Amino acid sequence: MADLSALYQDIIVDHYRAKHHAGLRQPFDVEVNGVNPSCGDEITLRLLMKGDRIEDVSYQAEGCSISQASTSAMTDLAIGVTVDEFAELVAGFREMLEGQGKIQLDEDRYGDAIAFEGVAQFPARVKCAMLGWASLEDALKSIHSRSVEEN
Amino acid sequence: MIDWSALRQDFPILTRRIAGRPLVYLDSANTAQKPRAVVDAMAEFSLNHNANIARAMHTLGVEATSAYESARETVAKFIGAAPSEVIFTKNASESLNLAAHSLGAGLKSGDEVVISVAEHHSNIVPWQLLCQRSGARLRWFDVDDQGQIDLDGAKEDGLINDQTKIVSITAMSNVTGVASPVNQIAAWAHDHGAIVLADGAQLVPHSPVDVAALGVDLLAFTGHKLLGPTGIGVLWGRYDLLADMPPFLGGGEMIELVTMERSTYAAPPHRFEAGTSPIAQAVGLAAGINYLEAIGMSQVETRLDELTAYALGRLAQVPHLRILGPDHLPRGGAVAFTLADIHPHDVMQVLDSYGVAVRGGHHCARPLHQRLGIQASVRASMGLYNTEEDIDTLVEALLATLEFFKVSPGDDQQQGVRHG
Repeated sequence: MADLSALYQDIIVDHYRAKHHAGLRQPFDVEVNGVNPSCGDEITLRLLMKGDRIEDVSYQAEGCSISQASTSAMTDLAIGVTVDEFAELVAGFREMLEGQGKIQLDEDRYGDAIAFEGVAQFPARVKCAMLGWASLEDALKSIHSRSVEEN
Repeated sequence: MIDWSALRQDFPILTRRIAGRPLVYLDSANTAQKPRAVVDAMAEFSLNHNANIARAMHTLGVEATSAYESARETVAKFIGAAPSEVIFTKNASESLNLAAHSLGAGLKSGDEVVISVAEHHSNIVPWQLLCQRSGARLRWFDVDDQGQIDLDGAKEDGLINDQTKIVSITAMSNVTGVASPVNQIAAWAHDHGAIVLADGAQLVPHSPVDVAALGVDLLAFTGHKLLGPTGIGVLWGRYDLLADMPPFLGGGEMIELVTMERSTYAAPPHRFEAGTSPIAQAVGLAAGINYLEAIGMSQVETRLDELTAYALGRLAQVPHLRILGPDHLPRGGAVAFTLADIHPHDVMQVLDSYGVAVRGGHHCARPLHQRLGIQASVRASMGLYNTEEDIDTLVEALLATLEFFKVSPGDDQQQGVRHG
């Protein structure tokens, strides 16, 4: 098994202890609930858009340090970027996690989220690291389908 | 005297090293490890006697049928039942689904089904589905803060009454280790003409079980927690009840006569065993039961109690550790707990780096965790092959976990890592 310190890097523990953008805020356009059935991690996530840009992401979550810290680092990246930019970020993050440690992230693009590269060596924890990211994807999809209906 | 540590040699997996340390397997409530005798019996069957059962009339077919039916006899004897009352299924979940489908066939709006908040999801979801299909109402026994079923409260509320058609209750919790008062609940339910089912997934591997003494009409359990292989479970039912129940799955070998208009069905237990059965798995389960019976289930229970008492005592010395359910016997060998406010997944991960295998999460019992006011827990569960040293390693790893997540022994529980 890979070394524990590869998984629990200081950046992760820091995010876990002091989560960024935590709490549920008003106003918001859509609220989604995410769950990781294998361990029971749960998240409620709110999204506020401004045009094509993510204006705010707020959340309340119960879960392990990996899922909590990953959600925290995700909000740092997501707030302020466009829907397409976030889609690219998620795709790269997911690819890295599923890459069994063979794929590295660009630190300039991913900031603190590069700390989750260690998770890729712990397949059982990949879902934990994806929970917040996948929930924001769901929120964006739900906004998209709503705007399609309205048009 | 049984030499419990010598018996570990029968379980080759226990010599594995995990993360450079000897494996400490404390996840037997999840699935038990297999003695060599089980694997050998399955190999011997598959390599020398394999054929389909009942339908193949050649010599191998007769041998395979005999092996399968003899496994049924072994299971029946193990729980004090007749072979014709023992149905082989895929697992305990399928046993419970079978019961919910067949017993529930005549259910209608106004009828009631009673379960408890302490149930495993396998004894919740089939009844939720049944109630959605039939319009029947699902009602729940509550538990107290120790996870004990609140029988008095239920009596005051008239939880079981003349509308109650089915009561399905765990015989032993997979989280708190609490044994339900199955006898009393069964007597109460029978007074109102209801059928009573027990989920024995945890009790049957833990204690000697006699279905007559248990007082229920049906009992579900699984093979892989009984030292047997995966892919085989058991539903026991009173023969006259089974004889009245419609089939669950349709297919080969569960019929009497098939015409294009309709089919008539075989008698129990074959009525409930459609298609080719898990034959080698039945042989493996019988070998697992024979292994347990050679020791004696009373001895097994005594040993599990010893280990559980030792674990409860040692865990009480770990700062910030809260045990779910009773912190003393009597209780089963599944010991769930929280450690400060370190998430169970994180605890599990650190323990794994010490070679200690435990389960972290809600253990398929989310309503019970909610009732106890927590999201998830860590669970260490005992098998007859565990030792006191295993528990000592667990405790050592838990102390290391506190250190890893920087929870000091003097910290107030509320100031653990999450809020630190």
